[in-house]
Amino acid sequence: MKFTLSWLKDHLDTTASLAEIVDTLTRVGLEVESVEDPARKYDGFVVASVIEAKPHPNADRLKVCVVDAGQAPVQVVCGAPNARTGLRSVFSPVGTYIPGKKLTLAKGIIRGVESNGMLCSAAELELSEDHDGIIELPDDAPIGVPYAQYAGLDDPVIDVAVTPNRPDAAGVAGIARDLAAAGLGKLKTPQLKPYEGAFDCPTQVRLDFAPDDAHLCPAFALRLVRGVTNGPSPEWMQKRLRAIGLRPISALVDITNYITFDRGRPLHVFDFAKVAGDLAVRRARAGEAVLALDGKTYALDDSVVVIADQNGVESIAGIMGGEHSGCDETTRDVLIESALWDPTNIAHTGRKLGIMTDARYRFERGVDPDFCVPGCDLATEYVLSICGGEFSRMIVAGNPSAPRRSIPFPYGEAKRLLGVDIPRDEGEAILRRLGFGVEEGHVLVPSWRPDVQVKADVVEQILRIAGVDRAPPAPLPRLDGGVPRPVLTLMQKRTRLAKRTLAALSLREAVTWSFVSRVASEAFGGGSPSLALANPIAADLSDMRPSLIPGLVAAAERNTRRGLSDVALFEVGQIFLGSGENDQRIAAASVRRGRAKLDSEGRQWSGGGAVDVFDARRDAMTLLSALEVNTNAVQVIPGGPSFLHPGRSATLQFGPKTVLGWFGQLHPGVCEALDAEGPIVAFEIILDAIPAPKARPSKTRPKLNRSDFMPVERDLAFVVGETVGAADIVKAAESADRGLVARVGVFDVYRGQGLPEGAKSIAIHLTLQPRERTLTEAEIDAAVSKVVAEVSRKTGAALRS
Amino acid sequence: MSDLSALERETLAAIESAGDESALEVARVAALGKKGAISALLATLGKLAPDERRTRGAAINALKDQVTEALAARRAVLKRASLEAQLEREALDVTLPVPLAGVETGRIHPISQVMDEITAIFAEMGFAVAEGPDIESDDLNFTKLNFPPGHPAREMHDTFFLEADANGERRLLRTHTSPVQVRTMLSQKPPIRVICPGRTYRRDADQTHTPMFHQIEGLVLDQSATLANLKWVLEEFCKAFFEVKHVGMRFRPSFFPFTSPSLEVDIQCRRSGGEIRFGEGEDWLEILGCGMVHPNVLTNCGLDPEVYQGFAWGIGLDRLAMLKYGLPDLRDFFDADLRWINHYGFKPLEVPTLAGGLSG
Repeated sequence: MKFTLSWLKDHLDTTASLAEIVDTLTRVGLEVESVEDPARKYDGFVVASVIEAKPHPNADRLKVCVVDAGQAPVQVVCGAPNARTGLRSVFSPVGTYIPGKKLTLAKGIIRGVESNGMLCSAAELELSEDHDGIIELPDDAPIGVPYAQYAGLDDPVIDVAVTPNRPDAAGVAGIARDLAAAGLGKLKTPQLKPYEGAFDCPTQVRLDFAPDDAHLCPAFALRLVRGVTNGPSPEWMQKRLRAIGLRPISALVDITNYITFDRGRPLHVFDFAKVAGDLAVRRARAGEAVLALDGKTYALDDSVVVIADQNGVESIAGIMGGEHSGCDETTRDVLIESALWDPTNIAHTGRKLGIMTDARYRFERGVDPDFCVPGCDLATEYVLSICGGEFSRMIVAGNPSAPRRSIPFPYGEAKRLLGVDIPRDEGEAILRRLGFGVEEGHVLVPSWRPDVQVKADVVEQILRIAGVDRAPPAPLPRLDGGVPRPVLTLMQKRTRLAKRTLAALSLREAVTWSFVSRVASEAFGGGSPSLALANPIAADLSDMRPSLIPGLVAAAERNTRRGLSDVALFEVGQIFLGSGENDQRIAAASVRRGRAKLDSEGRQWSGGGAVDVFDARRDAMTLLSALEVNTNAVQVIPGGPSFLHPGRSATLQFGPKTVLGWFGQLHPGVCEALDAEGPIVAFEIILDAIPAPKARPSKTRPKLNRSDFMPVERDLAFVVGETVGAADIVKAAESADRGLVARVGVFDVYRGQGLPEGAKSIAIHLTLQPRERTLTEAEIDAAVSKVVAEVSRKTGAALRS
Repeated sequence: MSDLSALERETLAAIESAGDESALEVARVAALGKKGAISALLATLGKLAPDERRTRGAAINALKDQVTEALAARRAVLKRASLEAQLEREALDVTLPVPLAGVETGRIHPISQVMDEITAIFAEMGFAVAEGPDIESDDLNFTKLNFPPGHPAREMHDTFFLEADANGERRLLRTHTSPVQVRTMLSQKPPIRVICPGRTYRRDADQTHTPMFHQIEGLVLDQSATLANLKWVLEEFCKAFFEVKHVGMRFRPSFFPFTSPSLEVDIQCRRSGGEIRFGEGEDWLEILGCGMVHPNVLTNCGLDPEVYQGFAWGIGLDRLAMLKYGLPDLRDFFDADLRWINHYGFKPLEVPTLAGGLSG
């Protein structure tokens, strides 16, 4: 909402400075977005008289002028053909910034003659394109007065952000009311006199609605003014409209625009000659269309309210008039409409048709019903004074007067909410200045404040006008004294710990979009219609992600394309199994590509190399361990979801019903579908799937059980078929003698010479831990034999000789 | 006794000249071995007269001690030399570089870090952390929060919708974390003190807006919480978060459907040379919106506004991170550019605590 300072002062009698006004506006909740002070642009330019203009001694086209700018006469060299003795023009002394030349004027010597300033053309002031000569002012132009002031170019333009609850502040008069209430002056919006009219309005108005729809147009006022001349509007009105960014069109149109901004009251004018028969206000019919004033044709349906005559739709109610019955310079008789519309319906229509107008902006917020009839009278007044003519009696269909809302308001409510006492006299005076009626125990809300509905809204009025600073900060008492208790939930703790753990594995945290492309979503088990956005912001951000991997793969690919091909990224965040209440999970995932191994990123003298599936496994297992999962109990089942390499992936689970996640190398086909360069290894674990730890009543740790006897170490190598997993051998060895076998590790895998085709050798490292006494050689041999026998029985392995 | 002097000279010379353990052993055997020169001399003592035996014996034993000592000394020298030779052989080029460990190279995203910082502050003030789903109903995201259907205030939020389901219900991506406040009020009796961090979505993309961003909202609800308490909580938070002793804050009246009175809050700062300092300067930066919970919201959540009252606020988490740490462009937050995260990210063990200072 833009307006100028002089416009504001039409409604506010004030001595406050611009700075005070701007500060107060923001302080009372009308946030000033910008103040454009055009006078600043003309700092230094003053009205001056050329006392004498002589030819330049060294240049034919130049003149040496002596200028009176209100102080001592100044000598200036001037090249303008119209510079002459006695001329009043605009002078800029040395040091003035010349907007049209984008330079600051310096003292100069031009062809040997000193020049101490400049006589200016309109182009140099950026007032027009005219640079043929210096500005010529009337002989009575006051010497020494700032030119901006003289020319009326010093009216600052203030732009305030009006919050959607304040239709009253969408007019200059409403803004003035707030300022007056805040003590910045006295409201002086002129009182209107009613215009009775000497003849009936020839056009009748019918509100053509079913009883249920009556709210769509509570009232519609109409009046004819005949015999008008629709020329340009007066200069003062054009200047204000231009200042706020509107283009003056004609007196009749400018008057409606002016009142829209002056009073927040949108109006419409019809050219009576182009209206056929009476006006009907009704829902549009399917198939109807209207060519609107913006030159576009809008197809309408029965959700749109229109004003129609015998020719059809003439105007889209509350939003935009029609081209056909619009006013132009030929208009002789004009119908002035001032109506009330349903805010919700106007908002809906505006959105549907994609039209934003100053009228819609106000009607969808709710205009003052009590100003419906006066608005028509005010327009009549302007039309009569600017365009002449005779006015009819006003037709008012419907009922514009609504009862004033009464809100029970015990004054103590202010202290209850604010925590500070604003004296009752002061608070009630504020309410009265804002137009509220204050009675014992309740207030009456003015017709222009549809937003004030409950007690708290009344408190808000007192607070914003008295000043938010009146409520000094007061400590919030603690609910329970002493040391604060822990507040995080299990999942919150898991999420935090997962992030720190994965970062400690040299992974970098990514935060990727919650939405991915349909292709990516489908590749990772998603793509259900229930997770598709109806209005995605881009085609590749269309579906809620079923997995963190597509976003991470895309991120890895972006880095690769920047030349950073060793990528180790993780994300901990939400994934979506469906759109239902309980379909969201928190997942943790990593991707690694190139040489971004845990121990050695990039090419290293000490090894390194390409990432492989075991890097992903280590990420996953370390995370599970950090989250208090017993990793020995986790089943690692070869194979996983279809987006993984079938031979280089595994599912992590406690059983088929408790799947925690997976790790593996991404399927080359999936990388191709995602347009990403592989190989990429990854894991994903659903943090919600991890069973909650058992609550323990004590923090005491289980007792440490350590043996006093030396452990015995033995290495064993088994030859097995390729299909046997190392874990099978380890598990068999562990189960051979649970009392004695303390640990089984794998330290070598060998294929090739000395082994049959299709076989491999797996070497394990066995730790036997005696508990009661040192083992004899015979006992050790017996234990080892038991392990060998168990491994052979369960896996078909033979001890390698 | 000149024979002893000669033997002493010869033996000590042999020990001194022994170049390694085996040469030294030869010298030892020659002197002290069973058939060694000194052993031989000792064997002759039995044949001597007692007086002579005493003096001669003492002299030979003295020689033996001297030789034994020389052997030990020489052995130590040789051992040291051999160790030195070994160490020289074992020398490595220690200028070869090694990669740093993951606790140094890994990175936490500024959003996670700032979330942890804010959680630390509010947990200390007795706030719990409440969370809710990203996919919400229109009812919880708007209607219960006093956005009437069709009201222009809904247009302040450019909402992402999911396709309508079979019943025609159109779910949406939450435009703020306020539905979590609603869920909390519906499921919990006051007193309530929660913060609600999380992802939020608006259909908006330009230099300063991304279609997904993060908010952290707060809610205090009991029978006495006032606007004055709200101002205190936010001032304490800002001082703690920006880690300054004083912070200038400006509370401006504003409008949100779910609060009344509603306020927007600006924070005082000075910007110079790409750096922002808080608690000084002439600039005011808008950082959050807040207000007293609207009675309609309380009623919608089954709470009597005549009994319960309280306040709520909402802050852009990403914006807070940008302000505090001088991150220039919001869009970088979601790009996962390794150069960006390596530079602006936090190390895994930089866990914010109030005891140690949020940023160390």
